[in-house]
Amino acid sequence: MKKSPVEHNASFTSRGAEWLRNLIPGRGGEKRTVAGLSGRRWVDYAFVAAFFLLLMLAASMSDVFFTQRNISNLLRQIVTNGLISLGMLVVILTGGIDLSVGPVVAFAAIVVSGMVERQGLPLPVAILIALGVGASAGLFNGFMIARFKLQPFIVTLATLGAIRGLVYVYSETPITPQDPAFRTIFGTAIVGPFTLSVLIMLVAFMIFQFFLNRTTAGRGIVAIGGNEEAVRLAGINVGGHIILAYVISGLCAALAGVLLASRLGIAQPSVGAGFELDAIAACVIGGAILGGGGGTVLGTFGGVVTLGLIDNLLNLFNVQSYYQQIFKGLIILVAVLIRRKE
Amino acid sequence: MRGIRKSFDGTQALKGVDFSARRGEVHAIVGENGAGKSTLMKILAGALQRDAGEILLDGQPVIIKSPLSAHRLGIRAVYQEFSLVRHLSITENILIGQMPTGRVRWLVDWKAAHKLAQEKLAEIGFTGLDVRTRVSSLSVSHQQMVEIAKAAVTQPRIWILDEPSAVLSQEELKRLFQVIGKLKEASALILYISHRLDEVFKVADRITVLKDGELIGTVRPQETSENQLIKMMVGRTLGEFYPERANKPGAELLAVKALGRQGSFKNVSFSLRRGEILGLFGLVGSGRTQLARCIFGAERATRGEIRLNGELIRPHSPHDAVRAGIALLTEDRKRDGLVMSCSIRDNASLAIMEQVSRWGILKTAERDKRVTAEVHDLAVHPAQISRLVRQLSGGNQQKVVLAKWLLAKAQVLMLDEPTRGVDVATKVEIYRIISDLAQKGVGILIISSELPEILGMSDRAVVMREGQVAGEFQIARASEESLLACAAGVVQ
Repeated sequence: MKKSPVEHNASFTSRGAEWLRNLIPGRGGEKRTVAGLSGRRWVDYAFVAAFFLLLMLAASMSDVFFTQRNISNLLRQIVTNGLISLGMLVVILTGGIDLSVGPVVAFAAIVVSGMVERQGLPLPVAILIALGVGASAGLFNGFMIARFKLQPFIVTLATLGAIRGLVYVYSETPITPQDPAFRTIFGTAIVGPFTLSVLIMLVAFMIFQFFLNRTTAGRGIVAIGGNEEAVRLAGINVGGHIILAYVISGLCAALAGVLLASRLGIAQPSVGAGFELDAIAACVIGGAILGGGGGTVLGTFGGVVTLGLIDNLLNLFNVQSYYQQIFKGLIILVAVLIRRKE
Repeated sequence: MRGIRKSFDGTQALKGVDFSARRGEVHAIVGENGAGKSTLMKILAGALQRDAGEILLDGQPVIIKSPLSAHRLGIRAVYQEFSLVRHLSITENILIGQMPTGRVRWLVDWKAAHKLAQEKLAEIGFTGLDVRTRVSSLSVSHQQMVEIAKAAVTQPRIWILDEPSAVLSQEELKRLFQVIGKLKEASALILYISHRLDEVFKVADRITVLKDGELIGTVRPQETSENQLIKMMVGRTLGEFYPERANKPGAELLAVKALGRQGSFKNVSFSLRRGEILGLFGLVGSGRTQLARCIFGAERATRGEIRLNGELIRPHSPHDAVRAGIALLTEDRKRDGLVMSCSIRDNASLAIMEQVSRWGILKTAERDKRVTAEVHDLAVHPAQISRLVRQLSGGNQQKVVLAKWLLAKAQVLMLDEPTRGVDVATKVEIYRIISDLAQKGVGILIISSELPEILGMSDRAVVMREGQVAGEFQIARASEESLLACAAGVVQ
C-alpha cells in the first residue's frame, strides 16, 4: 500500500513540510496534499505573491514604511480587527455570521472603563466582567440561532441594534479612566519586539489554529459548516457547537474592545460601528466561504494584515479615508472574484 | 458524436468515443462509475466542452457551447438533481420564463397558465395533479414528472435522462417508462443512463457500454444478457454477486415493539438478532426510512418502544443512538451523509472524535492511524486520508460513509439504500463488507428498493406498506414476486 506523507509514521521532516504547507492561506491544511497543482493552490500562491508585492511596493514608495515605528503602529492597529476576525471566522465556519460584534466591542470597552473608573473595581476584575458581557452576548445569539433555528443574519442584526442601545443606556458619554495602569498594561507595555496587545493577538491566532485543527469542538465546527445534517447524524451535538461558536465570537469582540479602550485611553459608546464589515472582509479575503465549508486561521491572518496594510499605506500617502473605503471595497470584490471558481 | 475526447486534470475521462443513436429509440448508456457516461452526456448537453472530436446532428456538424445552445438544438438533459424552484407552483416551474400574459404585457394570465401547464403534463401522459400545488410538497417522482414536463415545453428532439430511476420505487418506475414511451412515440431520441441493468433491459432498444472512457460496444437487449453486459462493463466476469451466506444469528439485539410516529408509520414490530442481516423492503413512501430515523433518534417516535439487548432505550438524538451503538447510513450521502468540503479523515472520524481525544483535544496520530487502517481495509481509492471527499467517485464516497460507521463499531448498523448510485464492482465490495460485519456479530438492517439486493443479502425480510408491517419472510421461502406483491398490497 502506498503511504501518503501525512500518515501516522511520517518523519519529522515531512511533518515540517506539511506544517509549512498549512501556512499558505486560503485552504485548510487538510486539503493540501492533492498531487499536482490544482487551480485552488495557484490562487493561494497568487495571494501570497500579491501580498509580498504589496509589501515591496510599500517599501519602495515610502521610506518611512519599514521604520520600526510604522511597523509597530501597523501591528497595533490590526489588533482589534484581528481578534474580531478570529471570532468571525469561527462563526462563518459554522455557516453563520455575527453582525453584532461592533456594539460588543463598544460594550466591553465601556464596561471595563466604567468598572474601573466609576465602580473602582480592580482592573483584572473589570476585564473579566467585560469579557463576561461579550460571552453573554454571544451566548444569547448562539442560543437563539441553535435553539429556535433562526437565521444568524437576522438574530445578530437584531442584537446589533439592541446591544448598541444597551451601551448608551450604560453610558451616554465617553469614559476616560484616570488609573494609569489602564493605559500602560495593554496600551504601551512592551513584551519582546511587540506591545502586549500585539502579542495577545498573535497568541490568539496560534490558539485558534490549534483549536480549529486539533480539538473535537474545532473539527466539529468546521464540519458543521460543510454539512450540518451529516454532522448531526454522526451523533454530534450540533446546537452546542453553534452556541460555542457565537460565544467565542462574543469573547473575541469583547477582548478587542478591552484592548482598544486601553490603547486609546478612552471608551466611546459609539466605537465599533462597521467593525463587523472589516472582520467579514478579512475572513473572505483569506478564503473563508460565507455559508460555511471553507476558511482558515492563516488565511484570515493574511486578510487582516492585508486590510491593515492598505489602511497604513493610504495613511502614509495622506489619502482621505473616504478613498480608503472605496479602495477596501474594491479589494474585497477582487478577492472574491479571484476565488469565485472554487 | 465522433472521436470525443475529454480530460480533467491530466486524467482522460473520454479517450475518443464514437457514439451514434437514432431518433425514435431509447438508447441506454451503461458503465461503471467513472466510465465516462456522465461526461459524454454533459458534453452533448453543453454542460462541458469537449477537448477534441465533433458532434453531428442529422448529419450536420454542430457546436454546443452551453446548455442554452443545446436547448436551441433541441437537446434537453434531466439530471438526478432537479432544477426546480421548490417554493413555486407546478405551473410556474413548467412555464418558467414563458408565462402566458393577457392583454397587458406584464400581467400574468394565470388561468391560461394553469391550463397550459396541465396540457403539458397531459402531453407526457401524466394527469391527476393540481398544477397550483407547490413543488416542495410533491414526492420525488412527481417532481421528476414536472421536470420532464418542463423540458418538454421546448419539444426536444434528444432527451438525456441521467439516472432517472435512482429515486423511484417500482410503481413510479412504471410511470416513468410510460412517459418514456410517449416521448419515443413523438420520435424523439432518449438517452437513458442507469446503473440498474434490469430496467435497462426493460426500457432500452439499444444499449451502449462505456468502460474507462472508451466505447466497448453497442448491443440489443434481445441479443445479450445481464451477465454479458456486466462482463463488458467490468472487463471480467464477476464471481458471485452476493457473498455466500454464512451468518449465524445469535441472541436478540434490537427489538422494536408497536413503534409508531404520527403521519409516518404505526404499530411496527420486528426484532434483529446479533449477526443477522434483516432486509426491510417497501415502496417509496412506505415509511421505512422514517422508521430507521426514529430508531436512530433523528426523529421522535410517538408511541411504542425500542429495546437494545433487552434494555429499553429512548434515543432523543442521533447522539444518544450513536452512544448506544446504533448507526444509520442514510440514503442520500450528499445530503446528509458526508461533509463534501472536508477530507476523508474528517468524515471518517466524525463519529469517533470523542474516542480519539482527551479533554477535547484530538490525538491526531491515533485518529489518523485508525482512519488509515479502515480506508485501506475498504480499499478506498485514492487511499490518501487528506483527500477531500468531494474529489472521490460515488462508490468511494459511499465507502467513506461506511468507514465512518465501521470505525464507530456500532452493534446495530442500519443501511438505507447502501448501494445507490454505486458502480457494480463497488457494490460487490460493499456486499462483502456487510457480510463480514454480520459474521462478526453486528446486527444489520438493510433498507432497499432493489429486490435482488434484499433477496441476495438478507436472512429475513420485513416488508412495509403504507406505514405498517405487511409481512415477514424467511429468505429461503421468499421470491421477488412475493415480496413485491406484499409491498404493493396485491393478494396472490
